[in-house]
Amino acid sequence: MSPIAELIALQADYAAAVDGADWDAWVALFTEDGVYRLVPRENHERGLPLATLAFAGEGMLKDRAYAIRETLFHDPYYQRHVVGLPRLLRHEGSGDAERIETETHYAVFRTKLNGPSTVFNVGRYLDTVVRRAGALRLARRLVVYDSEMIPNSIIYPI
Amino acid sequence: MSTASAHPRAPAWDGAGTHRIPFAVYTGDELHRRELERFFYRGHWCYVGLEAEVPNPGDFKRTVVGERSVILVRDADGELHVLENVCAHRGMQFCRQRHGNRKEFICPYHQWSYTLGGDLQGVPLRRGVRQEGVVKGGMPAEFDPRSHGLTKLKVARRGGVVFASFDPEVESFEDYLGPTILHYFDRLFDGRKLVLLGYNRQRIPGNWKLMQENIKDPYHPGLLHTWFVTFGLWRADNKSELKMDRHHRHAAMISTRGNAGKASDVSAVSSFKADMKLHDPSFLDIVPEPWWGGPSAVMTTIFPSVILQQQVNSVSVRHIQPDGPGAFNFEWTHFGFADDDAAMTERRLRQANLFGPAGFVSADDGEVIELSQAAFESKEGGSALALLGGREVGDTDHMITETLIRGMYRYWREVMERP
Repeated sequence: MSPIAELIALQADYAAAVDGADWDAWVALFTEDGVYRLVPRENHERGLPLATLAFAGEGMLKDRAYAIRETLFHDPYYQRHVVGLPRLLRHEGSGDAERIETETHYAVFRTKLNGPSTVFNVGRYLDTVVRRAGALRLARRLVVYDSEMIPNSIIYPI
Repeated sequence: MSTASAHPRAPAWDGAGTHRIPFAVYTGDELHRRELERFFYRGHWCYVGLEAEVPNPGDFKRTVVGERSVILVRDADGELHVLENVCAHRGMQFCRQRHGNRKEFICPYHQWSYTLGGDLQGVPLRRGVRQEGVVKGGMPAEFDPRSHGLTKLKVARRGGVVFASFDPEVESFEDYLGPTILHYFDRLFDGRKLVLLGYNRQRIPGNWKLMQENIKDPYHPGLLHTWFVTFGLWRADNKSELKMDRHHRHAAMISTRGNAGKASDVSAVSSFKADMKLHDPSFLDIVPEPWWGGPSAVMTTIFPSVILQQQVNSVSVRHIQPDGPGAFNFEWTHFGFADDDAAMTERRLRQANLFGPAGFVSADDGEVIELSQAAFESKEGGSALALLGGREVGDTDHMITETLIRGMYRYWREVMERP
């Protein structure tokens, strides 16, 4: 596969994991020390360090997966990602030293059990992707969302 | 009750008590408008921001008092002003940026310009236009710019926090809080310079009072919030105190962490998970700070507009911004202190994962509020119960009580049932 095809496959696998509620698969798409940050656009653009969620490393990602399954109370909902095409910002190295930076737009729809599907969260992924054992993995996913007024709560990863 | 018969939609209380709260207090436009007038616009101080959000001359922040748009701005002399975001000419909400820096405010509609203190300084074509030697149009000769400034709110600053009131007759901020709550305000805002860490915003489809009640309810955190009970951050057998001002409108819930993982009466709940271990314990890398003076959590509700949060090392202000009876916007401003080292800043940011609209703990609160409101709007004549700890209102040395909710509604009734 060409690098772009591989990147598209990574995005598709991510969307399938978080829309299919497969939280273990979500964790597995990151490197062991992978970083996930969900940040309102305002904080990002003003250089304010607060994130809505800020996880560094597999342990924290697993803790979120556990919390979703076991500890967070929330009204049940489905989410559905529509992810744009990755825009290649930088590509360097090869093999284990390969490192790709991309920007990808997304929109997430939320559907509650007795309600219509609504636009839940839109924004962009700023990713750093590396190769581990032959496969592309997220070393860092910075999710910068435009939808700063969150419709009540965000339980599942975007 | 006389009010009930005179007005069929007025909430029907159970006698003089407040242990049974009619669903009707959470619904209805007329009652909501009366609340805005009596709590947000008259006789009360409302939170508008931190001085750290407007550190330099010309810095402004757009926010709200109740449902009215206001601007917090620092003028060239460093003074803070809070101005209503309504042009004195045609009423336009002229300021659209959420924050920024200005030398003056200009309404785009007709270019009326105002100083940062809210005084009208320029009216285009005020003296008309000269055509063929004759002045045509313009404002009447008696037009006095001094009487056409922006609405200026009264401003109180304390410890780096700014409050404002539309009511020029409002008591001092210190009297408003009263000595008990002022003590807990000063504990958090003790004069150290604050550092802005960032914002989270959420729109909760529930009545604004439910958020005040959520933080006047020490019963739920150790039950709803698995993390709190399991890791001992907040559980019913922790050493705790509940305190109010003399009007019972403000409150502080004061608690000291303990009993993590221990079995007792309080762990016999389904949300307690004895075998739960974090894959990454650094979420709870708690380092006691000297200013705590003991308690590891103090949650202070300042009626009607703001909650002051200290939960271990995470500190924030949570601004309640009503939007009709059935929804409010909830804005979290996390901060630190100028004397924090890099590790403490990192710790505060990491612990922020517990709070906010996606927090391991706080995401639940918005959800339960939404589901309460759904019932309030569908079940006419229903009521909620706040009977834990009896029917009385008073300070306690434990948290197995809903006394703070009863206290808030005692005050609410005093104000709302006035003619």
